[in-house]
Amino acid sequence: MVLREGFAVMNTLTLAAADASFPVLTSLIVVPIIGAIIIALSPSTRAEVPKLIATIVSVIAGGMSLWVLADFDIADAGYQLNESVTWVEGMGISWSLGIDGISLFLVVLTGFIFPLAILAVDPHHDAKPYYAWLLALEAGVMGVFLTKDLFFFFVFFEIVLVPMYFLIGKWGHENRKYAATKFFIYTMFGSALMLVGILATVFITASTTGNDVTFDLVTLAEGQALATTTARWIFLSFALAFAVKVPVFPLHTWLPDAHTEAPTAGSVILAGVMLKLGTYGFLRFGLYLFPEAAVYFAPLMITLGVIGIIYGAIAATMQKDLKRLVAYSSVAHLGFIVMGTFALNTEGIEGGLLQMVNHGISTGALFLLVGMIYERRHTRIISELGGLQKSAPIMAGIFTVVMLSSIGLPGLNGFPGEFLTLIGAFNAHRWWAVVAASGVIIAALYLLWAYQRVFHGPAEGENAEMADMNVGEILTMVPLLALIVFMGIYPKPVLERMEPAVEALVDHIEASVPGFSEPVGEIRTADDAESHSGDEHETEDGE
Amino acid sequence: MSALILLAQIEPSSIDTPAIDWPVLVPLLVLAVGGILMLTVASIFSRLPSSAYSIATAMIGAASAITVIPLWMRVTNIDDSASSTLAGAVAFDGFSLFLTAVIALSVSLSALLADGYLKREDLDGPELYVLLMMSGSGGIIMSFANDLIVLFLGLEVLSIAAYVLAAMHLRRFQSQEAGLKYFVLGAFSSAFFLYGIALTYGATGSTNLIDIKNFLADNLLRDDGLLLAGFALMLVGLAFKVAAVPFHSWAPDVYEGAPSPVVAFMASGVKVAGFAAIIRVFVLTFDQYRTDWQPIIYVLAVLSLLVGSFLAVVQTNVKRMLAYSSVSHAGFMLVGVQAATARGTAAVVFYLAAYSFMVIGSFGVLSVASNEGEQSLDSFRGLAKRSPFLAFAMMVFLLSQAGVPATTGFFAKFGVIGAAIEARSFWLAMVAMGAAVVAAYMYLRIIVAMFFSDADEGESADEAEADTPDVALASIPVPPGAAIAIGVCLVVTVVFGVWPGPIDDLAREAIPRLVAESSDFLG
Repeated sequence: MVLREGFAVMNTLTLAAADASFPVLTSLIVVPIIGAIIIALSPSTRAEVPKLIATIVSVIAGGMSLWVLADFDIADAGYQLNESVTWVEGMGISWSLGIDGISLFLVVLTGFIFPLAILAVDPHHDAKPYYAWLLALEAGVMGVFLTKDLFFFFVFFEIVLVPMYFLIGKWGHENRKYAATKFFIYTMFGSALMLVGILATVFITASTTGNDVTFDLVTLAEGQALATTTARWIFLSFALAFAVKVPVFPLHTWLPDAHTEAPTAGSVILAGVMLKLGTYGFLRFGLYLFPEAAVYFAPLMITLGVIGIIYGAIAATMQKDLKRLVAYSSVAHLGFIVMGTFALNTEGIEGGLLQMVNHGISTGALFLLVGMIYERRHTRIISELGGLQKSAPIMAGIFTVVMLSSIGLPGLNGFPGEFLTLIGAFNAHRWWAVVAASGVIIAALYLLWAYQRVFHGPAEGENAEMADMNVGEILTMVPLLALIVFMGIYPKPVLERMEPAVEALVDHIEASVPGFSEPVGEIRTADDAESHSGDEHETEDGE
Repeated sequence: MSALILLAQIEPSSIDTPAIDWPVLVPLLVLAVGGILMLTVASIFSRLPSSAYSIATAMIGAASAITVIPLWMRVTNIDDSASSTLAGAVAFDGFSLFLTAVIALSVSLSALLADGYLKREDLDGPELYVLLMMSGSGGIIMSFANDLIVLFLGLEVLSIAAYVLAAMHLRRFQSQEAGLKYFVLGAFSSAFFLYGIALTYGATGSTNLIDIKNFLADNLLRDDGLLLAGFALMLVGLAFKVAAVPFHSWAPDVYEGAPSPVVAFMASGVKVAGFAAIIRVFVLTFDQYRTDWQPIIYVLAVLSLLVGSFLAVVQTNVKRMLAYSSVSHAGFMLVGVQAATARGTAAVVFYLAAYSFMVIGSFGVLSVASNEGEQSLDSFRGLAKRSPFLAFAMMVFLLSQAGVPATTGFFAKFGVIGAAIEARSFWLAMVAMGAAVVAAYMYLRIIVAMFFSDADEGESADEAEADTPDVALASIPVPPGAAIAIGVCLVVTVVFGVWPGPIDDLAREAIPRLVAESSDFLG
């Protein structure tokens, strides 16, 4: 219904547009903004109206992201559905959007997570600004994934801080003011130097090539006009911004606070899509823009990624707070993504990309479940919970599946991505992959242990009387569970859309960096490596 | 007897008066004559409603800004038709016109803010508006000045009116103190500036900027000590006006003591005029000597950025916070000046325009939301519940000052940092961005107080859940004038933040030029 409504709206918009093709990517950004403005200006003080508007708008955006998915040409490795309008002529800034195999599923994930987060959790107060900020956040996240212009990339990368700051600060838990401010300042510090980096890239390129100043990503990346040392310094300024956002050890300290204090929807979105802004940035603006520097710093980044895996896992084991535990597990999972990305081979990067999507699904689901427990019990302290399985068997069952997916059990979605990153890392830096693999084991340890303490054992007091999930809650979990199983058993449709773009990226690195060749196994070729990545996973057709 | 004979022998020839291109002076005349007229009218008809003065001032300011438009067409439509008039003493170019419009609008907006303020504080009206217009015309003279003497004239007209404005609040001791402090320190800085002019005159033989530039281009000074001392002293005078560290010490006290609408003007109009002079004198006239003055500006910029940001964080009074933040913004603008390029100048021009609107807006909210003397951070607690409009507007102004995208403040920072990088001042750019993050913390403190805190809760107190019914607090009445002013600032900050192209194009066309007068009276 709603979808049809959305398409009807879009059809009228299409008629209005002078162009023959409908600017679907622009709409992905603009529609949520319009929704946010409508909510902010709506006179109603009742909580249902903003929620209804937010749901409709986010479902429209989700529908459009599926439309993009349907329109996507598998064979094309470059940017598709391009849109471009000059924005500030004197600075060479243009509103140019495009999508490729790297950003495609992150856009779809964003389009999927937001309606879910909006439907699943209601705020306790001030519904109007809450939903307005959520939609504004969606627009910002979409913008980061879609833009091809360095100026707008920075704009969106930075603008997402504001809605998230308010979501944490206004609807968060006890320590929210501290967590919100820490989140904002930490992330802003990271991106402050990136602005210097972006401007340095643009102006130094302009002065070496003698062309006009341009912020166009493709032009800058294909030109590769920066001197080696310059590019390395600039890469560091970008890497700092992304490393804070991911977060890469040792810049992760904002994350547990922000995650723990954020309202459930905030945590879901933070883990589901916002952390991916950093890892996506590494791929798009680290590897693509500065291939030489990426190769140069790859050992450092892999090391930090592996430290993140082990550190995050150990820290998660030690947590007393269930939400904090999930937050630290994110540090570990994103360590895998960073490791895979800087393995600089197809398996690693593709695995990292897949892991970005899968982490969004499983950790989003985990935060939803923890949120449901908190709503009922008003505590997240593990020791105060126990025996919930007896009072809430359905929740226990769903929690088990989600937890196993987060651990990386074969057959569920956590596995293929993690496995591919490990293969990639194994081919590039063998011993680090071995160390990282132990992180998988610790993940099993902390999650199973947490599950045991929360759901097993004798149920006392309120724990014994806790209500199980209601139909609405089960319904929100169903799409997540379906994806968890589907992506675990049959990730091929996803991988085959990512692959051309990832291979093009690796080729770009090989072409731009003299003496660098993709680290593949001694015996295996890239194709073979993939067919090893899981029996369920058929990529024999390869390229 | 003999004198008479002598007189008779002199041929009755007229003195050569310079030709005057009257249209160029219209924006200035509108504001200055408007001020004088208002003074006259106010002394004759003493019983006019006080709002009338506010509306009249706002309209005169707007009229002055509107008269800029045809002049702007004249300058930009034909290639390079910048000129100078009044014997080369007044420069007519895009730069002076753009900044004139900004100053005139800041007079207009400050006047709108002043109405409600004067009523609430129970003060008399007309003087403030007259002085505001006088001060504004001084600022316009500075942005037009093509001669150091004219520049000094403008500086004095601007400053003397501003000294009195600072002391406008008759019953507040702090306001008197602010006025006196501003006056004493300002008089010193004017003296420095004047002495700098004298030394420059000694070194170059002229006070006219074109002549100075030509002289320096044609002659190589064997001993340029005199000139460099002149630079230094002039820079002291101008750095004082824009509140750059280490000449900033007046700013927090004066900002705190002076009436908020006056502070709005001081932070916008006065700063614009100061930077107009800095750019015209240093970037343009002493272009050749840039290696001498650039390092000084560099140091001033770094100090302003760091001192402004760090000291802003430790303040508890919102007005003082914004005072230090304005010091830090002066640092940002100096980053653009330091680049000494066309891009740098355009970026500073954009910054001045953007900053004027956001600072007027934030002092506007301040003047409405809290009584004079009670602007502690605590007084902003729970503002979002008492007045969502004011809180939202303040949030936008603060985020804009912090440089968050989709506001003009971001694009302004973007411009000056870009200019610094193009000029290869990487460290300066990094210091500036670091300072921006530190300053952001201070802006966030205000936002936290407005949105995340309830009015009754103390800073350290364990906070109650935000959804508890808040204590019944009277919502804040927003006077119509202030609502218009804040609304205009809000719209400008957001619209041109999202779509900065138009203002950026204007700023790019606002190129300062030094053009000798075509009809050559100077021989």
